[in-house]
Amino acid sequence: MSLAGASPAPASGAVHVSLRGVSRIYPGRAAQPALHALGPIDLDLAPGEFFAVVGPSGCGKSTLLDVMAGLATVSAGSITFEGRSVNGAVPDGVGVVFQEDASFPWLTVTDNVAFGLREIGTPEATVKEKVSYALNFMGLGDFTQAYPAQLSGGMRQRVCIARTLVLEPRLILLDEPFGALDQQTRLLMGDELLRLWRETGATVLLITHALDEATMLADRVGVMSARPGRFLELVKTGWPRERDSTIVADSRFGQLTSRIWTLLRAESLRAMGHSRIAR
Amino acid sequence: MTRVGLLRLAVIVGAVVALELLIRTGIVPRFTIIPPSEMATALVGVLASGKFKIDITVTLSNVAMAIASSMIVGVAAGTLLQGAPAVRRIFDPLFATYYAIPMYAFYPLLIVIFGLGDMPQICIGFLLAVMAVIINTINGLDRVPRVLLKAAQVHRMSVWRTARRIRLPYATPYIFTGFKLAVAYSFIGVIGAEFITSSRGIGYEIAYAYNNFDNPLMYSLILFILVIVISVNMSLHTWEKRLMARRRR
Amino acid sequence: MKARDSLLLILIVVAAWQVFHWIVGDIALRSPLVTARHALALLADPGFWPHLRETLLAFAEAFAIAMGIGLFIGLTLGASRLAGDVAEPILVALYSIPKVTLYPVILLIFGIGMPAKVAFGAIHGIVPISIFALNAIRNINPVYLRTGQVLRMSPLSATRKILIPAALPEIVTGIRVGFSLTLIGTLLGEMFGAQRGLGHMLLQAMTRHNMDAIMALTLLLVVFAAVVNAALLSLDRHLHSRA
Repeated sequence: MSLAGASPAPASGAVHVSLRGVSRIYPGRAAQPALHALGPIDLDLAPGEFFAVVGPSGCGKSTLLDVMAGLATVSAGSITFEGRSVNGAVPDGVGVVFQEDASFPWLTVTDNVAFGLREIGTPEATVKEKVSYALNFMGLGDFTQAYPAQLSGGMRQRVCIARTLVLEPRLILLDEPFGALDQQTRLLMGDELLRLWRETGATVLLITHALDEATMLADRVGVMSARPGRFLELVKTGWPRERDSTIVADSRFGQLTSRIWTLLRAESLRAMGHSRIAR
Repeated sequence: MTRVGLLRLAVIVGAVVALELLIRTGIVPRFTIIPPSEMATALVGVLASGKFKIDITVTLSNVAMAIASSMIVGVAAGTLLQGAPAVRRIFDPLFATYYAIPMYAFYPLLIVIFGLGDMPQICIGFLLAVMAVIINTINGLDRVPRVLLKAAQVHRMSVWRTARRIRLPYATPYIFTGFKLAVAYSFIGVIGAEFITSSRGIGYEIAYAYNNFDNPLMYSLILFILVIVISVNMSLHTWEKRLMARRRR
Repeated sequence: MKARDSLLLILIVVAAWQVFHWIVGDIALRSPLVTARHALALLADPGFWPHLRETLLAFAEAFAIAMGIGLFIGLTLGASRLAGDVAEPILVALYSIPKVTLYPVILLIFGIGMPAKVAFGAIHGIVPISIFALNAIRNINPVYLRTGQVLRMSPLSATRKILIPAALPEIVTGIRVGFSLTLIGTLLGEMFGAQRGLGHMLLQAMTRHNMDAIMALTLLLVVFAAVVNAALLSLDRHLHSRA
């Protein structure tokens, strides 16, 4: 039993997810002007790649995730996942973990994790097997019969991750999943995320506001501009696939993080309306 | 039992004992009120005699009818209104004014319409209870976090499945609060209506005993109602708290 | 916008009434127009005013008592964490009992007449007013009170400038609910043990099968309750919008 999806082994040059000229504009209403939230964005993710997105607050990071997941439609451009177009409907094989606690408070941890499998009519024996593997994998083995309200925020987020994992998604989208957690928990959860990424072979897109988290976890970091969000630069980290949070001690970690910060600082100040100070 | 629970019990027992003493020492005249111990003894006798079996059955089944109808209509209406914001906005002033309306004023009308059967009493109970269910159903559905609806989308669930598997389960504790209130209001409505005019039921028997100066009977029936309503209310309250505890985030 | 919605609601209610009238017929239900005419005639009848005066007087006394006792109980118990925890479920249980069963007790204590009506109206209002006042005090954000301490305010001025303004919106909500229930209690009291008042008129019309009077009185009572509640509600919302 493992959590590996049906995705092919990462092959160089192959494209798993592709965005071309994607933008999102919220149409204006009576007194409100139209809001250009995102784009245009071009991006290719290789199969099995770990990609992180950082950017100033309100730059449209979450909008990017929503359109990629099919939770929102694009205003222009196109998105393809495994060669098929995504627009406004969640494709099979995509899993999403949100920043907010999305565990179902009326279900036990086990039933939460089993939710998606039962939803697609998986035989109960298979559900049991997969759920118990995912629970142990996420360190939830002692809390199988607990309700979310009895767990800490970090544990509840593990439940949500496990609920996504059991469906063996080939693309996992995470929207600031550790945003509500304290710093130590974040680092540990980062390690788990890396382990899970290696184990499943899935393509991962992580949205975060923590630069160190992006640098530490990702193969590439996309730095977004202030709204409307576009990619200013895609920074390659060049970390080996086998890695964990101890790479923060690597001298290149600091260099990479400070390079991203330099890019981001100007944008963040611009987003806050201090355009003059930024220059 | 917790310290607070014990203290609460002590307060209640203390109040009953104080009443007993006030009457036994003659500070409160026996003509006005009989000692709680005698109420309890009289109640045991009344229940053992089986004389009021029909009245008790009538009242309780009318209350049950009022609860059931208000739950069915209330949850359905609340769900529909929550899904139709334009209609809901029009009815908004009614929600806020509803409990200011003296519902018993409609009782004479209901008797004219339905005659002197069980229907007028059930109707008053229903009218009082249904709005509490509607309001709490709407409240519960309003509270469903957006992220859970997004999760439903990720699980590629239809609108109907989302309603059944996400929205309603989330709203259940709030609907339960509506249920708790519906139980209280159904008792209040049915017994109040029986008291004003009817030919049977506990409310009627209390009024009848009062008119016949039969204090022991009257007080035993009052005690009976109070014990039933308060114990039902307390257990629903405990259950509600347990359900709500799972909502704390 | 809001006025238009309210108007629309009234139209819907009147239309539903008219349709219902067509269905059940004139014996069971009078039409809105006929009822309105009878209600106006009732208002023009000099014999009606002593009853109205009696009811309003009883209600005013009952409401004053309910406010006094309810606020005293709620504010006193709310001031202590423990007292509030002990008392709240008891008050909620009292709220849920059919208070009409206690009416014979009230009659035995006060006898038939004004005091019994007043007492019965008041017990309807005391409980909700005290529950809301208790929770208003208990739910004040403790940071407000700590801020008062940091500013070295005296307990009196902290009460006046922090405690009361912070608790006021909830207290007013309680008073609004208490107002409605006191009115209902007073009318209910008049229906059973009184020789005068609107509740008594209503019961009399009922025993005489006087449909016109039943409908006209019901309309007047409902309109009165709704209008006063709407006024209190707008004050209530105004206070809550600042919080």
